[in-house]
Amino acid sequence: MTEAAAKPVVIRMYAAREEIYPREAKGRYASLRWACVWITQLVFYGLPWLNWNGRQAVLFDLGARKFYIFGMVLWPQDFIYLAALLIIAAYLLFLVTAIAGRVWCGFACPQTVYTEIFMWIERKIEGARSARIRLDRQPWTADKLARKTAKHLAWGVVALFTGFSFVAYFAPVRSLLSNIGAFALGPWEWFWIGFYAFATYGNAGWLREQVCKYMCPYARFQSAMFDKDTLIVTYDQERGEPRGALNPKATPQDAKKKGDCIDCNMCVQVCPTGIDIRKGLQYECIGCAACVDACNGVMDKIDLSRGLIRYSTDNAMDNKWSARRIGQRILRTRVLIYTALLVLIVAGFGTALALRTPLKLDVIRDRGSMGREVGDGMIENVYRLQIMNTAETGHTFRIKVSGIDSVRLATTDQAVLDGASTRAVPVRVQVERSAAARGAAAPGSNHIEFELTAVDDPSLSVREKAVFIVPK
Amino acid sequence: MADFTSGFWDLYIIVITVLAILGCGVLLWSQSTHKVEPGSDGTTGHVWDEDLTELNTPLPRWWMWLFYITIVFALVYLVLYPGLGSYAGKLGWKSSGAYQEELVKADADYGPLFAKYASQDLKAVAADPQAHAIGERMFLTYCAQCHGSDARGNKGYPDLTDKDWLYGGEPSVIKATIMKGRNGMMPPMGAAVGSEADIENVAHYVKSLSGLTADPIKVSFGKTKFGACIACHGAGGVGNQALGAPNLSDKVWLYGGSAETIMETIRKGRTNTMPSFHEFLGESKVHVLAAYVWSLSNDPAPASLAAAPGVAQK
Repeated sequence: MTEAAAKPVVIRMYAAREEIYPREAKGRYASLRWACVWITQLVFYGLPWLNWNGRQAVLFDLGARKFYIFGMVLWPQDFIYLAALLIIAAYLLFLVTAIAGRVWCGFACPQTVYTEIFMWIERKIEGARSARIRLDRQPWTADKLARKTAKHLAWGVVALFTGFSFVAYFAPVRSLLSNIGAFALGPWEWFWIGFYAFATYGNAGWLREQVCKYMCPYARFQSAMFDKDTLIVTYDQERGEPRGALNPKATPQDAKKKGDCIDCNMCVQVCPTGIDIRKGLQYECIGCAACVDACNGVMDKIDLSRGLIRYSTDNAMDNKWSARRIGQRILRTRVLIYTALLVLIVAGFGTALALRTPLKLDVIRDRGSMGREVGDGMIENVYRLQIMNTAETGHTFRIKVSGIDSVRLATTDQAVLDGASTRAVPVRVQVERSAAARGAAAPGSNHIEFELTAVDDPSLSVREKAVFIVPK
Repeated sequence: MADFTSGFWDLYIIVITVLAILGCGVLLWSQSTHKVEPGSDGTTGHVWDEDLTELNTPLPRWWMWLFYITIVFALVYLVLYPGLGSYAGKLGWKSSGAYQEELVKADADYGPLFAKYASQDLKAVAADPQAHAIGERMFLTYCAQCHGSDARGNKGYPDLTDKDWLYGGEPSVIKATIMKGRNGMMPPMGAAVGSEADIENVAHYVKSLSGLTADPIKVSFGKTKFGACIACHGAGGVGNQALGAPNLSDKVWLYGGSAETIMETIRKGRTNTMPSFHEFLGESKVHVLAAYVWSLSNDPAPASLAAAPGVAQK
């Protein structure tokens, strides 16, 4: 060993990103992905434009703290429903991942969907994979400049529209549109349109697979939901190896020695994260099945059966299970538990939503006095009824109080509230002193109950407990 | 004002903060490359437990730049905003200043509404449903602690819904009360009235003025001793609103109408304070509030008031 050879070399712990030029994949899964793109984007871009009852159907009005979702108006007090919704979404993700791996990533994740749209634009302007590689390698020319400019402008337009649609969920879309025309938006609206547009442009245009590989937390913990019966995109090593180019002059004997993989590299070229699926399951694989489409296309051309790269499971690969056996293994304990929990939570969520009364009542006892004696032999407590009419229509509410024999309201028993409004109504509640003396209402605290019922709709009713204090 | 009792702590925080940030930078810079033996087949050269080696799978470089940008951001932030000991920052930002800005903004938002009412007559404001709703909410926020949510007061805190007023029930007087506050003071009168028996007699006389049951003999004795009270409460005990002296001839009692309570009042006197709200709320808000308080006992209600809309709270 010479001195020179022993000299240490410096390696870098951070490396520049290597550009990935995914080839366009065509096939069953690519079509499925495009269907997902259409569905998700029609919903995302279209939902703010729907109207309901003369207002925007879906609007999260943060300023007024009211979330409008079609016929439903959620108030901050309804935050539990959002929590339930997130839990449902999480369980759904667990369930889908346990069954079919990262299909969410490969087909419906916004990062995938926008990248798909951005790559489509890129292909239209810069051409297919080889043309793009050539374009990037050649020196700057007027044509290259024009193409690059056009691409970024097109990306920018899509990104801005995405940012606009995002903000349209929080600010009424029609006034947002007219205000944009007049450059009359508030600073926050500009900021969020710009921010969301920038995030879309950066993530779908520049970062792409880096988001999945380095930024996405889901990529990091999804392996905990995988098991040996989870569907994954796999390369059938036994059938494919040893790989090698097709040789037209090969004898049947030679052909037998060779596997089905002709090493055409198509599966690598279409991969949006730039991996080689033939090296086995890797955490970078987002399960998009582009390689399946590409390989099937090649197999069709060379007259071999499809499925050299396919959705399968670890167990199926090891034990040569049939598709039917794979299907049977879907209903395993883990999946059944996820499903049971999911059904339970969804049922609970649906029931709670259906039974939700758009009326809330808080009773606040006046702290200034414990309870006072009033002229005509009564003991009086004062309460503030904080009434929230969370329905969109106004109502007149009748207030009733019960719990002690002689208990009665000394103030008006009616409260009028507009739709979606809050009002504090002070009420005085009286109990006969003689009743108190008789023991019906003992000195100290007694339980009473307020009941609030809409005059025009008896089903709109809430009850709330309170305490009536009889002075000693 | 100094934030710390000694300059040492100021320096302590500055040194720790700056060193920590620079330390992060140095750590990042020193760890971004690594020296390995040549020909180490893509591993970092670290070996654990005899044969465990670490593959060099480099993170993207933009990630490293994000770290550097964070460090630059921290330094710029600490120059612009307070964060280094008691250094105030180039922008001069203060939380109290931000609070003042919000107050100014709130005044700009709601000021015109209150200004509109401020220019109107108090009785006209009282008849305005929107002003009534605003007044009600202000009352529940600022006045209900003492006077009760129903405005009927408590022991020692006047009932605002009756027609009995210590200083007068004209809207302008109510406004003056809220603006400037009041200091109600009844001096201890025990010595002036006389013996304990005298005090009891006077108490019974005072009860009789309101038509409450009282011992007739004590009443007749008490009447002669009531002279000590006339200066403020008047000959017939009708009170004097100029002094804030209560009318003793009605059935309204601030502390209670039993003989014992009245005797205690005579013996020890009473002191009551209504705070001034001028500084805190400003005149235009007090204007709306005064109109609401006046309406509690004067029923200015236009027909629509009974159905006053619950104005959506922000």
